[in-house]
Amino acid sequence: MRPQPDANAASAQVWDWLGQVSDPEIPVISIVDLGIVRAVEWQGDQCVVTITPTYSGCPAMQVIAESVSEALLGHGVQSVRLVNQLSPAWTTDWMSEAGKAALKGYGIAPPAQQVIDISGLHAGVKRSVLRPALTVDCPNCGSNHTELTSQFGSTPCKALYKCLDCREPFDYFKCH
Amino acid sequence: MKIDNKIKDAKINYLLRQGDNALILSQQLSQLCGKGPALEEDMALTNVALDLLGQTRMWYAYAAELEGLGRSEDDLAFLRDARQMRCCLLVEQPNGNYADTMMRQFFFDTWHYFFLKALVSSSDPRVAEIAEKSLKEVTYHLRRSGDLVVRLGDGSVESHAKAQAAADALWMYSGEMFIYDAVDTAMVELGVAPVADSLRADFLEHVAEIFAEATLNMPAADAWMQRGGKKGVHSERLGFILAEMQFLQRAYPGAQW
Repeated sequence: MRPQPDANAASAQVWDWLGQVSDPEIPVISIVDLGIVRAVEWQGDQCVVTITPTYSGCPAMQVIAESVSEALLGHGVQSVRLVNQLSPAWTTDWMSEAGKAALKGYGIAPPAQQVIDISGLHAGVKRSVLRPALTVDCPNCGSNHTELTSQFGSTPCKALYKCLDCREPFDYFKCH
Repeated sequence: MKIDNKIKDAKINYLLRQGDNALILSQQLSQLCGKGPALEEDMALTNVALDLLGQTRMWYAYAAELEGLGRSEDDLAFLRDARQMRCCLLVEQPNGNYADTMMRQFFFDTWHYFFLKALVSSSDPRVAEIAEKSLKEVTYHLRRSGDLVVRLGDGSVESHAKAQAAADALWMYSGEMFIYDAVDTAMVELGVAPVADSLRADFLEHVAEIFAEATLNMPAADAWMQRGGKKGVHSERLGFILAEMQFLQRAYPGAQW
């Protein structure tokens, strides 16, 4: 019988491996930096990875699930099981600083607010409250003189902005 | 045992209503893909459609699991006829002009937002987590549709007239969600669903606030409201929507990716 791997050490290794799996839509950021991977756990010889969807209809989730299995099986893990967890719902607060920096380097402005407490968005639904004042820095020239073009962009997680100084349009990874 | 089954059926029915609302509106918005009045609007419409489709899957997955008959999410979407669909009449109203599309969206989003917000504290943990996930998305939907109603209403003479006509025509479909039947009431009694009165008050308050900013006249709150969708009595329009959406499964039964 094979000796059981030390569960903690092995989990740390799995986190490292998962840190090399990129988001299929935004390849500069890993799924760990994006905050999609919620838990890694060993149940006997089986590695159980808990992931959470960014948006409920995000078509990338299927690809991500396949990439996770593929990566771990490729590293010699015998058996992988994926658990899809809805609650607590994914938030951009779970994005790592490294992830935010990578987004910026890629030309996507990272989320500009902390949103763990989203009650402010909802209180009374006064329009001023529903639209929090937000400063988004241009990822190209760094100016904060920017303007929202559309709340919805090329993927569910992004909004469209334009810079009023360098005049470049850019994607903003919106708070969620 | 018999009572348990009755409650189970009511819950499945209730879950299907939520899934059907999201699916049919998603399908209608998807029909506008490539036809939006501006590129940004086109993308927004399809983003909202995608969110709603994701939400549909969560509701259907839970309904199918409770049902235990081995039906898949796809079976529920593609193998039920109009009489078996339980969406409210609002979501099957035609896309019409852009004021019609956005007014329908605004009424739906406003209800949806307050509904989900209340559903987060549902006694059914699975319902609560679906609501928690969906609410974040719907908050963005509501911000956008409210903004557009203001822009159209407080825009040009023509956009104002079209927005007012859309509001007047769609208003009679904005009340069905708040008229509870035996299924809704059973869910309220179990603590699964929120009561209608406070939802309706929040709905009316938000619509009034946006309409004031949009310089639109708000139709009478006590106007007659059409109903029937929840129990499967639809306009003929739903048949056409399903005919297109379900074409592949009707023409090639059992076809799979």
